[in-house]
Amino acid sequence: MKRKNKRLSMISAAFLAICAAMALILAAFEDNIVFFYSPTEIINNELQANQRLRLGGLVEEGSVQRATGSPIITFNVTDLITTVPITFKGILPDLFREGQGIVAEGNFRGGKFFATEVLAKHDENYMPKEIAEALKKSGKWKGAENALPQTK
Amino acid sequence: MHRLANPTRFLRLCNMVKPWAMAITLLCLATGLYFSLFKSPPDYQQSDTVRIMYVHVPAAWMAMFCYSAMALSSAAALIWGHLVAQLIAKATAPIGASFTFLALITGSLWGKPMWGTWWVWDARLTSVLILFFLYLGFIVLHDAFDDTSRGARAASILAVVGAVNVPIIKFSVDWWNTLHQPASVVKLDGPAIHSSMLVPLLLMACGYTGFYLWMLIVRMRAEFNSNKIRAIRIRQANR
Repeated sequence: MKRKNKRLSMISAAFLAICAAMALILAAFEDNIVFFYSPTEIINNELQANQRLRLGGLVEEGSVQRATGSPIITFNVTDLITTVPITFKGILPDLFREGQGIVAEGNFRGGKFFATEVLAKHDENYMPKEIAEALKKSGKWKGAENALPQTK
Repeated sequence: MHRLANPTRFLRLCNMVKPWAMAITLLCLATGLYFSLFKSPPDYQQSDTVRIMYVHVPAAWMAMFCYSAMALSSAAALIWGHLVAQLIAKATAPIGASFTFLALITGSLWGKPMWGTWWVWDARLTSVLILFFLYLGFIVLHDAFDDTSRGARAASILAVVGAVNVPIIKFSVDWWNTLHQPASVVKLDGPAIHSSMLVPLLLMACGYTGFYLWMLIVRMRAEFNSNKIRAIRIRQANR
């Protein structure tokens, strides 16, 4: 019985040590693990010229502009503290709309962010359309103004 | 727990549980699929694409659940040397790997229409891919030695060490910025999912869990039988 108890404590101790090591490693590599930075984090950090990065935030209401006859789209991304103008040429995901969370990959050139890829985030809330509309009507809606789908 | 380390007693329990596991699996999957594919409402943002959730989320839960079961029984096998615990870990590995594979594939199919990409290297997706490799490593390591008990030992150690990854998967969406959204169901302030969608999701989760138990019992019996066959062969060879 004694040997079994010794094995139990040894395995538990080894496991805790591995957890601690893992926690240190993950903390050290935090900058590499995060998928995107918020506009405020980017503004507060020194950037190298042409450094590629991912920028995440909400598409600002009323900021999306499509030039007629050209595939270039401009919009602002905000974390409600800092706002960054983004220029993108390409196909946007279906979930892209004003007020939606997005992640854009690209680089800064002269204070503007040029994105080569735009991905849409969706939040953890799931509900039927009717509930979402009822919430909006009663003023209890916490999400973005335009987060409702365009009715087909 | 030590009472169940007796294979005869364990097999008796298996025989008792099996019809229930089968019934729960078939019942929950049938009703769950009907509700999730036909009866549940489309999501306000994702409309019908949300139905992938009913297949994807329980698969991801089971991927983590199976790994936890595998790691715990591996630890029990290392500490107390129970053959039953070691066989549970061995039998769980391919089932868990299949659930992980299903979660990765359905997640990818869901990511393309919603996020706009099949795959990104964010913390959640990457840690689940690592989970899949841990399963594969366990399966391969188990059979990598001529001496089966050495293989089982090496694989058990891998399973216990890899258990660090399970909380990382669960909390990856809270600790780091990810493209994957945070938890909807298992979180402190209650589920952020409407009951008309939560019920089919939980039904599917019950069905998946029942399926795991059912498959585990089938595989455990096979493991016991193959052990018996090996013992008979060894006896014959020594004669």
